[in-house]
Order: sequence, then C-alpha cells, then structure tokens
Amino acid sequence: MGDIAIRVEHLSKLYRIGSREPYKALRDTLTAAMYAPFRAVSAFLSGRRSAVQNSPSNSYVWALKDVSFEVKRGEVVGIIGRNGAGKTTLLKILSRVTEPTEGYAEIHGRVGSLLEVGTGFHPELTGRENIYLSGIILGMKKAEIDRKFDEIVAFAEIEKFLDTPVKYYSSGMYVRLAFAVAAHLEPEILLVDEVLAVGDAAFQKKCLGKMGEVAKEGRTVLFVSHNMGAIAELCQRGILLDTGRIVVSGRTEDVIKTYLSQLSDKAGVVNLEEPDINKGIKLKRVAILDHETMRPSPEIDFHSPFLVSVEFEVLKPIPQLSLSVRLVNQYGINVLFSWLEYQRPYQPGFYRAWCEIPGELLAPGRYYVDVGAEHYRLESYHYAPKALAFDVISTDQSFDCSLPGWGVIFPKLKRGVEQIKGH
Amino acid sequence: MIGVKGLLERWVFNHRQDESVPVFIIRPSKGLVALNLRELWQYRELLYILIWRDIKVRYKQTAVGAAWAVIQPFFAMVVFSLIFGRLAKIPSEGLPYPIFAYSALLPWQFFAKALTEASTSLVVNERVITKVYFPRLLVPTAVVLAGLLDFGIAFLILLGMMVFYGITPSWFILFVPLFLLLAIITALGVSFWLSALDVEYRDVRYTLPFLTQLWFFATPVVYPSTIVPPSWRALYGLNPMVGVIEGFRWALLGSAPPDPRMLLVSSLLASLLFMSGLIYFRRMERTLADRI
Repeated sequence: MGDIAIRVEHLSKLYRIGSREPYKALRDTLTAAMYAPFRAVSAFLSGRRSAVQNSPSNSYVWALKDVSFEVKRGEVVGIIGRNGAGKTTLLKILSRVTEPTEGYAEIHGRVGSLLEVGTGFHPELTGRENIYLSGIILGMKKAEIDRKFDEIVAFAEIEKFLDTPVKYYSSGMYVRLAFAVAAHLEPEILLVDEVLAVGDAAFQKKCLGKMGEVAKEGRTVLFVSHNMGAIAELCQRGILLDTGRIVVSGRTEDVIKTYLSQLSDKAGVVNLEEPDINKGIKLKRVAILDHETMRPSPEIDFHSPFLVSVEFEVLKPIPQLSLSVRLVNQYGINVLFSWLEYQRPYQPGFYRAWCEIPGELLAPGRYYVDVGAEHYRLESYHYAPKALAFDVISTDQSFDCSLPGWGVIFPKLKRGVEQIKGH
Repeated sequence: MIGVKGLLERWVFNHRQDESVPVFIIRPSKGLVALNLRELWQYRELLYILIWRDIKVRYKQTAVGAAWAVIQPFFAMVVFSLIFGRLAKIPSEGLPYPIFAYSALLPWQFFAKALTEASTSLVVNERVITKVYFPRLLVPTAVVLAGLLDFGIAFLILLGMMVFYGITPSWFILFVPLFLLLAIITALGVSFWLSALDVEYRDVRYTLPFLTQLWFFATPVVYPSTIVPPSWRALYGLNPMVGVIEGFRWALLGSAPPDPRMLLVSSLLASLLFMSGLIYFRRMERTLADRI
C-alpha cells in the first residue's frame, strides 16, 4: 500500500459527441420541460417507450471505458495513443478537473497538473507577476515561490524582461517562462500532457532533463505525448490507450512498437484525408513504390532502392510551394528529411512528385512517412504526419539492426582497405 | 446533461505516523456535495492572488487607473441630482440630494459590478478551469471581493462629502460594516447563482444589463424607501439590496431608520440567496469543466 501512487479501477467517462456540451438556451430547457408530459403521453399512446430517453443515447461516447491500472511511487509512466484515445480525459479525471462517470481512482499525494503551457498566465501582467499567479494556480505556496523565484527566472532565461508584460514576449520566451514555473512544482505526482511539443529543441531537452530529475527524487510522473522519442527516453513503463480502453501496458519499447504498428495499414499506398483548412492545395495520395515494378509495396528489400510518391492537387495558383518528405523509424527518430519540391510556383492541376531513396541505406525495420506541403517557414498548406508505414526487410537472418550499438541508418559506403606497409 | 451522476470529491487524510501524504479519492458523486470549508481555507492564497489579479488587470491599461472607482459614482450622482433631485423633486429625507444619492450609489455599484462581472467570471476563466483543479467557488468570490477596493476608494469621497455638507455621523456608524457584510453576502449569493447558470445557459449574460437596470429601480438608490407604503415595506424588503442601502444610509447619514420588518426580510433573503447559491454552485461545480 505504501508504495502505490495512483490506483485506478474501472474508470469510465461518458461524453456527448463533440466532447463538450453545446450550451443550452434557457428557452429550450423551458419549452422542453413544458412539452415533456405531452411527449410522454404521445409516446405511451403510440406504444413506444419514452422517445425522450431513446434519442440522446446514441450521441454519447465513452471517452474512457473500464480503465484500470496502478502506478508505483517514483515511476514515470508514458501514456500514448491516437487522438481521441482518452489520454487527456484520463489526466483530467486524475487531476480532478472533471469527474468520472463510473469507477474509482485513488491518488496518494499532491497532484500537479500541466495540461497546457502557461496555465493561468495573464497577458497584461508582467513576467514577475505571472510567476506568482501561475505558480499559485498550479498549487504552489507563495513562500515556496519566493524561495525559488531566482531559480525560476534563471531557468527561463528572461531576467531582462521580468517586468515586461508577457503579451510583449516572443512565443519562445513565453513558453520558457511557463515551463520554468511548471518545472519548479514539487507535488508528489505530476501529470503532464503533451506540453513538450512546443519550444525549441535545446529547451525541450532542458525540460526533459528536469523531468528526469523529478523522477529521480522519487516523485511519480504520468506523461502523455505523441513524441515517442521523449516517451522512450523518460518512461519506464507505457500504457497504450485506444478509443478509451487500455490496449497494452508494460515495457515502454513494447508499448511504443504496438502503437506504431497499429498506426497504419500495410498496403504501401494511402489516400489522404482532406486537410482541415483548405489552403488551395491538397495532398491526395502517398505511396511507396517498388523500384522495378513501380507498384505500391509495403515491404522493401534492404538492398533495393525505392520511390516515395506524393500526388497532390493545386486548386489555385501557389506562389511558392515546397513539398517535404520525412521518414521516422519505429523508435520515433527522424531518420531522413528531404524536399520533393522546393519553393516553386504552381498553377492549378493534378501533380505527382517523387524521390528515390537508395538501397542499402535504411536499416531494416519499420518506417513512417510524413509528408507536407508548405510555403517554407511561412505557412503550412497541408501536413500529413504518419501518412503510411512500410518495412525495410532483409532476407539475411543474421542481420539484426535492433542490436544495441548500431546506428539509425546502415548505409553501404564507398570503402576500402589498403595495406600501408608490410612487416 | 452529461457527467450524469456528478462527482463527489472528498479529501481523506490518512494520518499515519510515517508520512502524511494526502490521499484523494475520485469517484462519481451522489447526492449533496459537502461545502468543504476546510478545502477553501487551504486554497486561501489562491483567493488572494485572484483578487489581486482582478484589481491589477482592471486598471493596468486605463489612463486614470483607480480614479475610475470615483468617477463612475460621482458622475452618476451629478446626473441623478439634476434629474431626480432638481427636476423630478424626489424627496431625500431632508438630506442634500447629492449625498443622499451618492451614499446609496456606493453599495449599489459594488453590487452591480458583482452582478455583471462575477456572473460571467466562470466562462471568462474557462481556460484555467478546464486545465487545473481548484475550488471554482473562488473565481466569482474573488471578483466580488475585488470590488471592495473600488468601494473603499469611493467611500473616502463620501467622507469628504459628509464634511462638506456638515453631517456628523452618530455612533450608528458602527453598523456600517454590518450592512457592508450584508451587501457582500447578497452579491456573493447572486454571483454564485448567475455564474453557475451562465455556464449552462449563455442567455444569462444577455439578461444581465436588463436585470441590473430593473434591480436598480427596485432599490431605493434615487428615492427613499419611505415613499413605499408601510404595509408594502416587508414585501419590498424581499430585495435584499433594499435593506443594505437603507441601512447604510441610516447608519452613516442618520436618515430615517429603516423599517425593522423590511430589514429582517432583506437579511433573511440575503442569507437564503447565499446558502442556496452555494449549494447550487457546488452541484454545478462537479461537471463544470465538461459544460463550459
């Protein structure tokens, strides 16, 4: 009992579709109340059961269903899953922001929740003022902030702007300050949601380091992220959620593998969904093509070159279009990035772009393809992360790149051995 | 309605010898929710900083800052004195009309501000509310209490006016804090109700200007309650602000003492509003983050 930090038993949460209730108008509630008796009578007369009760049932969805797990004190647990898998809902219940519909959870220790960057920040207030405001909202005591104030400021590297309202901060400064406050929370249990997705790489690293320290001090961390690299680095254990249920829970590597394999089908070609916002260009189709047959293939031999092909539609003249392709391996590491097109104007029409990736370069394993269309550094037109997956395979059984000490790529290089001098 | 059953959050402290780690039990709630005053006490620093934030932010971008606390009631007084005092010749119980109106405008504006600002405070603070837990009761409470600063500043002007008009307060002035307390309780009660209702029915915010105006005329700010026939005064007291303002004017300026039945009804109603608002708010609080 003493070493349990979080115990969750059969936790469920019912949400109305659209995740939040649309607000009701008082008028609707009043008229509904007025008509309710008539409806009940008419339902009774027509022999149906109450129509009032029947109709809403199908517009509800279980954001979390029958979730049970335990976290020991000092453990760092990563929670992964697709969007809508229930990760954030779980954190919100555990941080008491919202209530479960069913089930039970027991939390041993004070909880600090970081569900967004800069919780409680007010743009009109200065950096100094926001440190206190956000700190106290996140659960620190004023005396505690007094004590750590210099440390927080140093961590954020914003000494000069301490008395400037944060609305004048650059986004980088804002994020650093927000993190610095959060990083100095000292609850027994820390719930972190995806916040590391922002900030520059160096600062992210600093935050990861700080979180690692937190764990070493025996505090418990529950960490939600799409960044598999961060999960792999930080967490001893993972929990994979899908549509509100636990799919698998266990060693981080295993859970990440299951997650990634679940992510995409194995056809070697995929038709993409429409972008959320139409910006005049739509990526339509991504395929991995076999070098010889030029047909989509989900498996590529290690020795053979292959093509990445992207079909897209241009709906209106685009002054500067760049197309990118990125390959991510099963551990979430970006292995390769390249341009399919770079800053060229396009007229409306259908196009196909492709690039060839040489054989004997990518180490055998699973890869995910991210494609994007953008005005480089200015605007993203359409971005499709993890659009599809493929495997690089090797017929050589002794060939095992998962051995420790190998690199993320296994290129065949121009090489040679020469005898310099005999004995 | 989602969240169906709601949530009962209880603090359960286990006082074992070796460590004092608080244990939280999270489960769907049933029935009435405890008011949990102890938890509110634990979050007092948050209340202070929310009050501080409201005050700070309000005056941060204004040119004259806290002078607004004086300008508003002062100009209202000038206009009322002209229209109601001079033109309409509304009686003012023997007091000079400006001070008669101003002394009522102070508690009234404190209340009206609570009505309009605190009632929308939960929706305004939606981001924080959906991201971190704290007793949500603190949000409207902070807005109401932040209004006390404006009240205090404007009160100094009132004291100056008393000197100007040569009104010496009697020992009744000791009752002023009591009526201020009544004003706070009324303001809190109304804010609890309306802020919780505003989350579910955004209609609330549209009715606020109208409600404030109606309430203003139902309150003896520009006229004395003595023009209400005596037999109606107890009923009149159903508006708790009647008791607040008549009491305030009496304690400070020595106007006619308010009808005791009217005062009693006002105090009872203020308490009822406060208690019921508290209970309703606590019920709403469980599912607040899902609805907002």
